[in-house]
Amino acid sequence: MRFGVVIFPGSNCEQDVIRATKYLGYESEYIWHGDTDLSGFDAIVLPGGFSYGDYIRCGAVARFSPVMAEVVRFAEKGGPVLGICNGFQILTEAHLLPGALLRNRGLKFICKPVTMRVENSVCQWLDTEPGSLITVPINHNEGNYTCDAETLEALNANRQVVLRYVEADGSTAPGGSAPNGALDDIAGICNERGNVFGLMPHPERVVDPITGGTDGQPFFTTIVTRLAEVAG
Amino acid sequence: MARYEIYVTYKKGIFDPPGATAERALVNLGYEGVHEVKIGKYIRIEADADLATVSEMCDKLLANPVIEDYRIETVEE
Repeated sequence: MRFGVVIFPGSNCEQDVIRATKYLGYESEYIWHGDTDLSGFDAIVLPGGFSYGDYIRCGAVARFSPVMAEVVRFAEKGGPVLGICNGFQILTEAHLLPGALLRNRGLKFICKPVTMRVENSVCQWLDTEPGSLITVPINHNEGNYTCDAETLEALNANRQVVLRYVEADGSTAPGGSAPNGALDDIAGICNERGNVFGLMPHPERVVDPITGGTDGQPFFTTIVTRLAEVAG
Repeated sequence: MARYEIYVTYKKGIFDPPGATAERALVNLGYEGVHEVKIGKYIRIEADADLATVSEMCDKLLANPVIEDYRIETVEE
């Protein structure tokens, strides 16, 4: 099992993903954004950071990096692609996931652990029991997910909402529990097929208990188990 | 060579946090007649390109059609 972690100019969480996946016993290697060869990789991760300085819009320029045409092809063939934070923004800009990520409602950069509920979704990257509460840190300025009403309806109907922000006790506050103002408290979504998954929180930061938890482990172990099953 | 001025704004219904903050700040400053503030982007382009091509640039890179509208003005010399 080999993860490929794409580095764009301005990415800054690529090393965290490499460390997290290696900690779990998997092979993991960097892919430079100018490379166009994804052969030999079983899953692709677009890490967090500030690709191209977030200029124009977050992810707007990274989307046109040479590697992205290959990532799109990989995803269309059913290859698993995970976008974390800036990686999620890039996936929406590349139209691999619907909607967009706006500036946080309170205009503040938010960096703190948040509680989320795992939804009953078609996501291939996460087999955590639906309804479970997990705590994973967020670290962003543009995590305010939005989409039109029709898209939201489709996301719910197709079980594409993977994670929702909730209060620490699992409840939803009146007016929503998303710290960034995200529509319908959405923290992460996948495509209809479930192989492309984007989320604002950073699961790679809670894989080793030494950094404060292990709730991030299933975000990497699930896909490995699934790919092993498919391979028989 | 042609000059274009492009205004990128959020689509109707998309919440604009900086605009909403400016709106509250203006009201707090005593400008109680302020009902709505929207903040967008201004882009100026000088290029050997026709309007259709500049429009394509907006669709592809300068604006995100999912959340933003744009208006292009051709600057006459």
